Amino acid sequence: KLLSPSHELIRQSVHQLIAASENGNSEALWGAWPSPFSYRVIWALKLKGIPFEYIEEDLFNKSPQLLQYNPVYQKIPVLVHGGRPICESMVILEYLDEKWPQQPLLPSDPYERAEARFWVKFAEDKVSCSGMIYQTEGEKLEKARRDALEMLTILEEHGLNGKKKFFGGDNINIVDIAFGWIAHWMGVIEEITGVKLIEGNKFPLLKAWMHNFKEVSFISENLPNREKMAAFFRARRSMILSSA
Amino acid sequence: MVEENRVTLRGMWSSMYSKRVELALRVKGIEYEYMEEDLMNKSMLLLRYNPVHKKVPVLVHNGKPVAESLVILEYIDETWKHNPRLLPEDPYERAKVGFWANFLHLQVFEALAVVFTSEGEVQERAIEQEEVFGVKFIDRDKYPIISSWVMSLTELPLVKEVIPPREKLAGIFRFIRDKALKSSAV
Repeated sequence: KLLSPSHELIRQSVHQLIAASENGNSEALWGAWPSPFSYRVIWALKLKGIPFEYIEEDLFNKSPQLLQYNPVYQKIPVLVHGGRPICESMVILEYLDEKWPQQPLLPSDPYERAEARFWVKFAEDKVSCSGMIYQTEGEKLEKARRDALEMLTILEEHGLNGKKKFFGGDNINIVDIAFGWIAHWMGVIEEITGVKLIEGNKFPLLKAWMHNFKEVSFISENLPNREKMAAFFRARRSMILSSA
Repeated sequence: MVEENRVTLRGMWSSMYSKRVELALRVKGIEYEYMEEDLMNKSMLLLRYNPVHKKVPVLVHNGKPVAESLVILEYIDETWKHNPRLLPEDPYERAKVGFWANFLHLQVFEALAVVFTSEGEVQERAIEQEEVFGVKFIDRDKYPIISSWVMSLTELPLVKEVIPPREKLAGIFRFIRDKALKSSAV
């Protein structure tokens, strides 16, 4: 791969950036534009008004910095603060909440925090449902669809039941962010696979939540382009299915 | 025990998730009432306290249920703030703990569960996965640090109190494995 002048400039600024973050002066977020996990961290940083530099990681050609900062999984997102990396999106969010308490992501009462963490864990356990749908076909796809429907039903009946606008009440909290992928990514997966999950009169609470979530300014201003996403996931799906 | 500060743990003697919570309560010196759940015949209370998963452990404090063992551990540390602390004070150190807790859960325990309930090819693949961590077959020469950590842990008196007798565990694990193999057999 030939290094064009602009590539060289990019490399230099990344090095400067790393140097700056190692001086404890800024946050650096390594992310990837199609990733909902990446966006969780962006939303949290935007909500709290924390300045940060964003570095787009090419997932098919991972940078040495990523491999150095996340040797265990080699995945994004990775937040680097003061030269120290933090991995796993929900771990990053709890870290941000502790260091920047304004616009809190978690409630202050221990019982309410436990409730929120319960749903965060549920979100983490079930996010693979979406992934399984676009990566499979036939019987495996059918199973993934059933799993996803079960997850959405639990969310509708136990998660959103009795809630106000958001899991966080009148404002978005860590649970809303954890489920953010449902509001934007899931529709794209439904479109490219033809598998309908949220349709008709089913899941009225979830539909209302999705609508409210995407109306919030720091969310709507920070979402990947839908057409671009559809193209990306469509291509990924063909690649995965043809190599299976 | 005074009603308002009543702590109940609904658990199962062979469940390691249940044991985690018992250990945490004992480490903190918190008085609690233990209720054994029969997982073949779950109590109405369990279904009420954990309607989403219907699983143990569930901690009930002041009549309010908390489910998911790691969530319970954090709840315990935040409610009973006295020493010893279960989590570090520093946010960065806490983030590291969070990362490794997730890793252990996903990469080790889930992989172990697959090894345990499968055989043949599925088991081979699962063994490969946790060979990376090497917990099941803790070869002392291959994994000296992990071996010595496990040794130190199992020598702690509190841990000894909480771990069920080996033969009893072996018995129930054999039962669970047979059941799993029968149900997946074609």
